[in-house]
Amino acid sequence: MLPGVQVGQPVAHRLAYLWRAPAWGRPLLVERSSWDRCRRGLSIEGNDVVEFFEATLNWPSWLAWTAVALIQCFLLINLVAGGALFFIWLERKVAGRIQDRLGPTRVGGKFGWLQTLADGIKLLAKEDIVPKEADPFLFRMAPYVSFTASFCGWLALPFADNWVGQRLNVAVFFIVAIVGLEVFGVILAGYASGSKWSLFGAMREAAQVVSYEVPLGLCIVVPVMIAGSMDLVTIGNKQAGYFTNWFIFHDPAAFVVFWVYFTCAVASVNRAPFDLAEAESELVAGFHTEYSGLRWSFFFMAEYGSMLLVSALAAILFFGGWHGPFPIISQGLVPALAAMTGASVDSPVLVYLANLAGCANLIFKAVIGVTVMMWVRWTLPRLRIDQVLTTCLKYCVPLAALCFLAEVWFQLYPHTNPMPLNRLQWGAPRASIEVREGWLPLSPVSPDDVQEAQLTHSQEHRG
Amino acid sequence: MATRLEDPRVVEFDVRTDEMLVNMGPQHPSTHGVLRLVLRTDGEVVSEVQPHIGYLHRCAEKIGENLTPRQWIPYTDRMDYLAGMNMNLGWSLTVEKLLRYELPEKARHLRVIICELGRIASHLVGMGAYGLDLGTFSPFLYAFREREKILDLFEEACGARLTYSYICPGGATADLPKGWLQKCEKFLDEFAPVIDEYHALLTTNAIFIKRTAGIGILPAEMAIDYGCSGPVLRGSGVDFDLRRDGEPRYTSMYDGYAFEVVVQKDGHYPRDHKYPPVPKEAVLGDCWHRFYVRMLEVVQSMDLVRQGIEFYSRSKGDWGTPIKLNQKLPKGEAYLETEAPRGQMGFYIVSDGSSIPWRVRARSSSFCNLSVVSELCRGCLIADVPAIVGSLDIVMGEIDR
Repeated sequence: MLPGVQVGQPVAHRLAYLWRAPAWGRPLLVERSSWDRCRRGLSIEGNDVVEFFEATLNWPSWLAWTAVALIQCFLLINLVAGGALFFIWLERKVAGRIQDRLGPTRVGGKFGWLQTLADGIKLLAKEDIVPKEADPFLFRMAPYVSFTASFCGWLALPFADNWVGQRLNVAVFFIVAIVGLEVFGVILAGYASGSKWSLFGAMREAAQVVSYEVPLGLCIVVPVMIAGSMDLVTIGNKQAGYFTNWFIFHDPAAFVVFWVYFTCAVASVNRAPFDLAEAESELVAGFHTEYSGLRWSFFFMAEYGSMLLVSALAAILFFGGWHGPFPIISQGLVPALAAMTGASVDSPVLVYLANLAGCANLIFKAVIGVTVMMWVRWTLPRLRIDQVLTTCLKYCVPLAALCFLAEVWFQLYPHTNPMPLNRLQWGAPRASIEVREGWLPLSPVSPDDVQEAQLTHSQEHRG
Repeated sequence: MATRLEDPRVVEFDVRTDEMLVNMGPQHPSTHGVLRLVLRTDGEVVSEVQPHIGYLHRCAEKIGENLTPRQWIPYTDRMDYLAGMNMNLGWSLTVEKLLRYELPEKARHLRVIICELGRIASHLVGMGAYGLDLGTFSPFLYAFREREKILDLFEEACGARLTYSYICPGGATADLPKGWLQKCEKFLDEFAPVIDEYHALLTTNAIFIKRTAGIGILPAEMAIDYGCSGPVLRGSGVDFDLRRDGEPRYTSMYDGYAFEVVVQKDGHYPRDHKYPPVPKEAVLGDCWHRFYVRMLEVVQSMDLVRQGIEFYSRSKGDWGTPIKLNQKLPKGEAYLETEAPRGQMGFYIVSDGSSIPWRVRARSSSFCNLSVVSELCRGCLIADVPAIVGSLDIVMGEIDR
């Protein structure tokens, strides 16, 4: 039972409560009009659209919210699927160049742009085979479990300031938990295939993911500590300004922990040199040995979706998210445009443009992360399963734990931080937000917001 | 016998689960053709490996008893199809031994050049495919890039890129074309710096060392007991190379050539300069050493090709006269072994006086090299099986014939 949820409340209220995902220990007052309370949890864009539906079209609140949720899901699923198309093409090009080849050149013009689409059509047309030994229901379900897990992580990932499917105050936690769920699809596939190779793949995956979740979690705690929040929008906004404000340059612990994070992220999304679950030279194709056609491609989409997700997460946690290395847009372009047009700096159009640039920034950083993963994949041999686990337990976990402790130290005694870049504080200073019960005001953060949050808080207490 | 079971570093054997029989092959991607290995596994630990062969059996030897020696040459190409030239050489020398044929000087050097190039090409495949077995794809293509250049040279010399039938009893089917030697020298110049790339990507790569050093240790006595030969034997520290230790009819081919047998010994590196040192995890006779022997043999073969080019351009005479298709064979028998890239390749011929041999038999090195696999794999992990099989560098065409 969640604290504060009273027995006998309507189910809808409890669901609404979960939807909003408040922090533990927050005084709970579930009001009658819980949809109004939900808005706070959703992004600003969502709010605008919902208001449009409610006010202009006179839709009931629940319908407006459902419509917005569906629209956001549609946009995100296209992003994940389109991203997978792009990254499979990119991987083939990168691999080709690394291996002294050209990669795809024919389909769709000069660079083989449409190669993946052609492959996708081929996969669609392929026979869907379910082996006789397989458990038909689980076998069919496994790819969707994998893909859904990979996709759900995107719901909480901001692309720019408040451009997010569902803003959560525990977004980091949510994404790590959801990406961890992807392993269920793999285990299911391996178990249900009725093939020994698949079973080996599934067992390897289980062992690997269980061990790598530990250091991954420890790594993620470090930027969370620096920001004082698990809300990705807040974490991103705290890195505004010059690149020296990025958390990777915050202190030595954060710098080290990024590399541990990247290693663990590669392992947790099953990429070489940790791609043991599908090690083609050992296990034929591992957990997806028996899959063909579209089901097989769902595993692929899940893999590429997760790759982009962990890279984007790395970009937000360590590399300033949607903020460029120099505040050209927020401090140069936007004020200049505002001066030219006479609009205010926070006019919707300018905010939209700034967010668009921020989104491009984030995607660019994430693509760099993915490209590095590809580079690693096409360069290194694969580790053995015992070596993978040894790497995790002997190196990653202790290193991440040490960095965690070091970060605690730097938070307690900031003046001992030896990172010189951190002291400069160029550009926009980090927004200082009062962190109270994990519930943060919506950004952009201004003193007014904080005041309003306090006000609301006191009203709730009175209420 | 030092299997991994007795290795004090291995601690994971105290957890036992149900045993499982797994078929690795004959369609498995890393069994180098159509080898089938039946693994008895306990979780990830392999307790027993049983190789099953015969999926590529084409009755080559029986066919040889129905064809004249000259006609059978294309069948030798298809034995070790990665080193067709060396197979041609073995058969040609055996037939020449039966015919007591004396080879012209120029043909001898031509054969050395061609066979050593064949050795480089074969080791390049072995090396690249080994990277593939360990999960890295790029070195494979880097190796093939260089191999293509050798195949181009072969194509120019004989018209074929894989099954050459170039060397034949009596010499070769044709002389090397004009300008070929310059092209060959150019290739060697281009190839020399590339070897460092291979060392960087594989030999000295930390993960590669982790995967190969101390894995599949083949002690020298066991290697000798099983009749292993070639790089597998020399990787275990046995100083044996038929180019030096073979019978005179074969070793005389290398008369005048300066070369040192590449052999791995503890603390002894045949070429102590510029080549990467042996990592401290490596044990004599493990996968890493077998791989390293091949890498060094490539360098040695380059030396031999360079020397051969010099001898060839200085020597007089012609490339030999191929025997007639229906050449009558003297009554008797002949057996001769050559040092093919994968080891000791022997051909046996018995003649009853007609032009068609009465009995033909081939002794394949890969067959003996493969036979140690069940000893080496006992107690290793599943991922080590491709690593061990790959380090033996077998070619199924040669085993099954």
